[in-house]
Amino acid sequence: MIVFENFAIALRALKANTLRSILTTLGIIIGTGAVIAVVSIIQGLQAMIIGEFQGSGATMIMVFPNRPERGERSVAKPVRLTLEDAEAIATRVPGVARLSPVMQGRATALYADREHGTQVLGVNEYYPDIANQQVERGRFFSTFDLEQRRKVAVIGREVLDELRIAGDPIGKEISLGQQRATVIGVLEKQGQTLGRNRDDLIYVPFPLGLTLFGKAAAEQVSLEIDAQSVEVVEQVQDGVRQLLRQRHGLVAKDKDDFHIFIQDQFLRLLSRFLGGVTAVVAGVVSVSLLVGGIGIMNIMLVSVTERTREIGVRKAVGGRKRDILLQFLIESVSLSLVGGAIGILLGYGLGALVVGVVPYDLPPPKVPIWAVMLAFGFSSIVGVVFGLYPAAKAARLDPIEALRYE
Amino acid sequence: MMSLLSLTDVAKVYRMGPVEVRALDGVSLKIERGEYVAIMGASGSGKSTLMNLLGCLDTPSSGSYVLNGTAVEQLSDEQLAAIRNREIGFVFQTFNLLPRTTALANVELPLIYAGVPRGERRRRALEALDRVGLADRVSHQPNELSGGQRQRVAVARALVNRPSILLADEPTGNLDSKTSEEIMGLFDELHRGGNTVILVTHEAEIAAHAERRIHLRDGKVVDGP
Repeated sequence: MIVFENFAIALRALKANTLRSILTTLGIIIGTGAVIAVVSIIQGLQAMIIGEFQGSGATMIMVFPNRPERGERSVAKPVRLTLEDAEAIATRVPGVARLSPVMQGRATALYADREHGTQVLGVNEYYPDIANQQVERGRFFSTFDLEQRRKVAVIGREVLDELRIAGDPIGKEISLGQQRATVIGVLEKQGQTLGRNRDDLIYVPFPLGLTLFGKAAAEQVSLEIDAQSVEVVEQVQDGVRQLLRQRHGLVAKDKDDFHIFIQDQFLRLLSRFLGGVTAVVAGVVSVSLLVGGIGIMNIMLVSVTERTREIGVRKAVGGRKRDILLQFLIESVSLSLVGGAIGILLGYGLGALVVGVVPYDLPPPKVPIWAVMLAFGFSSIVGVVFGLYPAAKAARLDPIEALRYE
Repeated sequence: MMSLLSLTDVAKVYRMGPVEVRALDGVSLKIERGEYVAIMGASGSGKSTLMNLLGCLDTPSSGSYVLNGTAVEQLSDEQLAAIRNREIGFVFQTFNLLPRTTALANVELPLIYAGVPRGERRRRALEALDRVGLADRVSHQPNELSGGQRQRVAVARALVNRPSILLADEPTGNLDSKTSEEIMGLFDELHRGGNTVILVTHEAEIAAHAERRIHLRDGKVVDGP
């Protein structure tokens, strides 16, 4: 009962000094605001990435060659994943649905007087299914195109726009580095994912990629494998490892000269990274909350002094020490909770603003309930910790002195 | 029958550095239920100290004080607060209302600490305000009221928890003479209604309203002014 009354009293006292109350809680507002802003952006990112992977990525397995370490380069032969490796996996590892070697590089595309630097990926005919990419106009290259080593290209929407190919782009010839290629398809617009612009790229058949980028790029070929189902992903991973070790002539004591990524590992890595970012922000914020708490303690001390007479009156009419203590404690906690609430709203707004302003396709901010609880929890702890001394000071006042106070 | 309050050989000693000040020095007195008493004395006579003791804001250094059957000198801070809440209604010279708080909320204050539920609290506070003639001012804040009205709110606050004693410390000290008469009329009326009223004052004119006058000089009860 008394607690409820004290809440009413505390809120009235804060409302009587609205501006002062808000200025006092600025530290808390900024602290919780920063937490919520960062957490909301990170959570949004995470939700987007996970969502993305759940589309096609759940069955995706990626194999990368390990770069030889510095000292080893002279003795060890350069590690590479070859087309033969890819074929061996496709035919001999059970559970593989589709597989494509991937080679990446940058090249300048030319059409008429227009030129545009872009990313070129050398892949095979299965790649659209693995990467979940659709062709909007024309077609993707076929097994036949690859076997015939035909010089064809499938271009992203942004490449099409940049090169300003007039009319139907299908059948037009573009220059790609030292090579020429015929455009046979245009990709559906995809937007940005995982920091890669999936509209600003060109797919070419793997053999054309090899001629385009040469030997250096061949050492960086990776494999992208689509397993038949989520259940067999680990089985395929083991199969690929065994087969590649065998093919690369590795004995028991040798380490893998490649590494295999499955979505699970990638997500774990990602969430560890994002967790690290969150922890750093939390550290910075705790300093802000500390400063905010000191601000609250300061204003509460002022308030106790200002209201010495009020405290005297309350004691004279029967207010006990603990009533006074509770009143001022509730006041400081309310102060920091209101700060926390404003901070949460502000943080959410800030998150939305950042997402809106930065020139990337960031996902909408997402504020998880635990972050809100945490912000409120910390605010109230700050309120209690820094309100305790002023409240105790108020509770200890001698009523006679307090009533006489001018 | 036992007196409402009785002081026996009460002393209050303050220590100011090496000097001992005996603010009260062997005071014994009894006040019966329903009495109208004025405690008089010049400043420094110890009347404020006596008022603080009677009002249970302070405890005596020695001697005993029994209020309504309770030995006050033994009580803890907490128990003193409960006694003040239940037995004493204070009226101060400077009104001491809470600023920016309506008359009604001011009067409800003792009831909050007494743990009276909201509905009854409101009813009793309105009743007390009606009794001091402020039924039409309940939602005014102190700065919207005249001095006399403020003191009436303070009297209502003192009455609201039906205390054994109304303890008024120079209740007219900040009021003009016409308003003073009104407030004193209110105390006379409350006394006629059965309340025990103790006035602390240095003004003979105010003390004249009481039935009995207790004079203090140098911390002792004396026979006359």
